[in-house]
Amino acid sequence: MKPSGVMIHHYLLNGLRRMGINALDVCAGFGRASWFLLQSLTWGKGFKAPFARLVLQVYQLGVLSLPIILVAGLFVGMVLALQGYHVLVGYGSQEAVGQMVALSILREFGPVMSALLFAGRAGSALTAEIGLMKATEQLSAMEIMGVDPLKRIMAPRLWGGIICLPLLNLMFCVLGIYGGALVAVDMLGIYEGSYWANMQGSVEFYGDIVKGVIKSLVFALVVTWIAIFHGWNAQPTSQGISRATTATVVQASLAILALDFVLTAVLLGGF
Amino acid sequence: MNSKRLEIGVGAFVMAGMLALVVLAFNASGFNFARDDRSYFLYARFENLSGLSERAKVSLSGVIIGRVVSIELDTEDYVAVVKMAIDKNVPLSTDTSASILTAGLLGEKYIGLSVGADEEHLMNADEIADTQSSIVLEELIGQFLFSRSE
Repeated sequence: MKPSGVMIHHYLLNGLRRMGINALDVCAGFGRASWFLLQSLTWGKGFKAPFARLVLQVYQLGVLSLPIILVAGLFVGMVLALQGYHVLVGYGSQEAVGQMVALSILREFGPVMSALLFAGRAGSALTAEIGLMKATEQLSAMEIMGVDPLKRIMAPRLWGGIICLPLLNLMFCVLGIYGGALVAVDMLGIYEGSYWANMQGSVEFYGDIVKGVIKSLVFALVVTWIAIFHGWNAQPTSQGISRATTATVVQASLAILALDFVLTAVLLGGF
Repeated sequence: MNSKRLEIGVGAFVMAGMLALVVLAFNASGFNFARDDRSYFLYARFENLSGLSERAKVSLSGVIIGRVVSIELDTEDYVAVVKMAIDKNVPLSTDTSASILTAGLLGEKYIGLSVGADEEHLMNADEIADTQSSIVLEELIGQFLFSRSE
């Protein structure tokens, strides 16, 4: 066999080996993350005042995210009404703008936008906080003291996220719908009665509102899970923390958008 | 003191979330519409509904006065029976006529009522006798082509 043939053979084998190593790494990462999730979902026994720690996390993740969520909701609703009006006016059915704004916000924009903003505002902060705890060896210190950091640190954060995001989503939706009314009724002169009546005629409580909340719950679990896992899994250096924070935002955003498609397909029953 | 303030903030946040759900339920999805104590029910029979759906609007002179509650098929005469909830404050004369109309060119179907001159009013569970089915575009085109070919 000619030497060049041997070289190609060698490269192929090496490439294959690298692929295998990467695949095993990804697999191990998923395994570690799943174990991590299971451990973090349950509270440990014998801790003092777990409720107080949950309240603190709801404050940090939820209350402090309120300004960005509310302002974003208002503007999303306003721009939807503006865009929808200019399309619908061509068909002479600009009265349907209320229904369009409400349906698109309740079904898609509310859950997805609030989850994306939550990933950027609260998820990155979670990763950085936990990553720094790891870098300063607070997590190891806890383990040495016999305190499980997954129960003590991760569980309140995970449950805090799961509680906060659906509530934030609901507030986003309310602000969006009223923002749409502000533009459509007060600026574009659509009759207020038909804005609300069209909306009420088409929005269903279970079909649109509850399904939006279900989506939001799933997003909350995934975003918070990704955020705290990356913090816990970060390299304990300043560069490692920055990389973990970036990974949180990127992966959480992609997970939200991909899951949104899957959830929509399942909830609409299209498949 | 600090933790008290924290708890108040969180409590207000959770309550605001619940309030948002209530606002959405009542304002956006119209949970409170067509409640029994504020409306009465009328029936109307149509040969063809062609796209009229439940919760469609019932309007009189362009003002929405009720909604379609249910749609059933009468298996004896093979016509559609539409049950409507009408606002109690709107009395309708017994010779009121109902027709299925389309909002705009591509808009949704709704029922348009026009009142007659009769002095007596329709009561709960009465039937509107004078109905006009919706115009089906394909039938119109078919009729047009048929009349041209003669």
